[in-house]
Amino acid sequence: MDIIVPAHGSGGKLMNDLITNLIQSILGSDSIQLDDAASLNLPTQAIAFTTDSYTITPIEFSGGTIGSLAINGTVNDLAVMGATPLYISCALILEEGLEIETLKRILVSMKEAALKANVAIVTGDTKVVPKGKGDSIYINTAGIGVFTTPPQRRQINPGDSIIINGTIGDHGTTIMALRNNLTFSKGLSSDCAALNHLIHDVIRNYPEAIKFMRDATRGGVASVLNEITKNASFGATLIEENLPIKDEVRGVAEILGIDPLYIANEGKVVMIVDSRYTDGIIHVLKQHPEGKDAAVIGQITDQFHGKAYIETKIGGKRILPVLIEEQLPRIC
Amino acid sequence: MDIKKEAAVLSQFRIDTPVAIMEVCGTHTTEFFRTGVKDIFPENLRLIDGPGCPVCVTSNDYLDTAIAMGWQHNCVITTFGDMMKVPSSYSSLAKEKSKGLSVEVVYSPMDAVDMAEKNPEKKFIFLSIGFETTAPAEAVCVREAKKKNLKNFFILPGNKLTVPAVKVLLDSGEVNIDGFILPGHVSAIIGRKAWDFIATDYGKPSVIAGFEDYDLIRATLMLLHLLKDTTPKVLNEYARVVRDDGNPKALEIVYSVFTKGNATWRGIGIIPESGLDLKPEYADFDAYKQFPVEVPLPKEHPGCRCGELLRGVIIPTDCPLFGKACTPEHAVGPCMVSSEGPCSAYYKYGRK
Amino acid sequence: MCLAIPMTVKKIEGSKAIVESMGVEKAVDIALTPDVKVNDKVIVHAGFIIEILDPEAAREIEATWDEYTTLLNQEQK
Repeated sequence: MDIIVPAHGSGGKLMNDLITNLIQSILGSDSIQLDDAASLNLPTQAIAFTTDSYTITPIEFSGGTIGSLAINGTVNDLAVMGATPLYISCALILEEGLEIETLKRILVSMKEAALKANVAIVTGDTKVVPKGKGDSIYINTAGIGVFTTPPQRRQINPGDSIIINGTIGDHGTTIMALRNNLTFSKGLSSDCAALNHLIHDVIRNYPEAIKFMRDATRGGVASVLNEITKNASFGATLIEENLPIKDEVRGVAEILGIDPLYIANEGKVVMIVDSRYTDGIIHVLKQHPEGKDAAVIGQITDQFHGKAYIETKIGGKRILPVLIEEQLPRIC
Repeated sequence: MDIKKEAAVLSQFRIDTPVAIMEVCGTHTTEFFRTGVKDIFPENLRLIDGPGCPVCVTSNDYLDTAIAMGWQHNCVITTFGDMMKVPSSYSSLAKEKSKGLSVEVVYSPMDAVDMAEKNPEKKFIFLSIGFETTAPAEAVCVREAKKKNLKNFFILPGNKLTVPAVKVLLDSGEVNIDGFILPGHVSAIIGRKAWDFIATDYGKPSVIAGFEDYDLIRATLMLLHLLKDTTPKVLNEYARVVRDDGNPKALEIVYSVFTKGNATWRGIGIIPESGLDLKPEYADFDAYKQFPVEVPLPKEHPGCRCGELLRGVIIPTDCPLFGKACTPEHAVGPCMVSSEGPCSAYYKYGRK
Repeated sequence: MCLAIPMTVKKIEGSKAIVESMGVEKAVDIALTPDVKVNDKVIVHAGFIIEILDPEAAREIEATWDEYTTLLNQEQK
């Protein structure tokens, strides 16, 4: 069994072999350049530029790997600004002992994600850390996108609709179930996916409709709403009955005593849109596989300024507080 | 079932003179907020939060001791996630973990037994906290460890019993409580009859409740009806789970491993016969006996009023620290840090 | 004070049962409810079944509450 050893990061032959025979051969030798920097052509002057680091245990899970997560996460960060993602960088920090086969699977899932999102991985770096100094693999990706339309940021007003492109909490639940020995009779997968095509389609059809977008990753949907309403002269109210949540996600959340609204997603965007376009946008979203369960989940309100609320099934209201503690399984 | 109709009945219930009811259980505290049932309460109905959060009533010296044992005897501390952020006198398990103490969160106490079995070179201490509901599971684990002849699994007994605490509240006369919403899952173990004394000795009505939105609505309605009645009773809204005599098998297992002893409750003090100590035949599994430690005297924050809160004397917003010096990010007292602590519930859900 | 949830028993294997709720499965301990059977609805707390649901009681309760709410809703109208 081949594993990562310190020499894979030493700058010598082993490292060159790793880069040419494995990384470049999977991610694409035409795009990944051995030069110190990639030279790129950009069609416009207004660009979006982002970076994010990825750490996750386990590194492979139903619906993705840390590799596809890194590509999709960076693509989505660009897409929710309204930019078209073009180029991605990829820095790998490998822990000594990582199996080469595992690394291969992760690289393949990166390449597949990049192809699907139509982005090119153009530059990269590889470092090796001693056994025990890392969690198998860390990935940092930076991304560049271009604005063909103005950034999708407009004045949010009471009456605007809150939309999500599908079911809530799938990714975080998949991971937590793995860590807590919970299994599924029919299976549950991470929603890890690139959203740039779906978002682009909405902008193309309704160029003036979107007031704000954010991918609901760590901290979940509730955290996005808290961010939007912070210090604002409006509030946000979700309707509990309208939330698209899979039974499996509800089940895990109940068993572990956590709230799906705070669970991470990796393929969900929360959109605040002008309510005149709500139905049309839902229609557009539903044309995409990543949007088939799209739903209107709430509204921007003139009540509860600066806060996010949820209207429960029985018609009561409660606040959606800012997430404070990491969600741990609890007995009470 | 039409939950909206039942909700409407509650919200339109006419109460002529103000009524105060206590929900003993911390999960009820949180669920009343989370489901929105508290939001649709009729006028003149007030909810007083009781002492039913095992994390909140755990005294500082328990956690101080656990942390000291972990460091001084090189033990892995295994615990329910609930305990991680609870402030001890000088730290918390989460902070000590960041400093390098081995702390593992488990979903079930049996996971801690499994860890000990798989890692014979390490010593594992399970923080055995919880009320009557949790004690049977913990007792099974101690029996299992004995059966498997494990030499590296220990528990730090910190279990508490709710019945003596409710008696203390009633005896103190500090609070005017007209009736009680009683904990469903504690009652699943101890049975409905265990609460009869509230009616016979104290003349107050009470209702055992489940945890769904409809359970809370129904139990509140039942209690409101009982309050109009002249004979006090203990009614069982959660009869689909709670029997008159509880779960005798679970009780038998608990008292085969544990024996009742005095316990220190935060804010209330020592309550006789309200804790569970390991029986002498299980002394090999008792971390108190196996890992003697010296711990400095516990330190409580001088302004913290968790004590009065847990006795139902004040509500969270009466505490001068609430929302100012004491927030979930920087919790001074356990009622703020525990996910079902009344302060945490008020902070998270109660502010409009 | 105690988070416990209703689940359905799918399988019993020695001292463990596989219980299911909303498509989620979990192995739990049955030491506290040795009489548990496949298809029983149970209450699970901290990895243990702590009690078995009584379907008859549940049905009776539902019937009573339906009657009560219908009656009261009529009164209120």
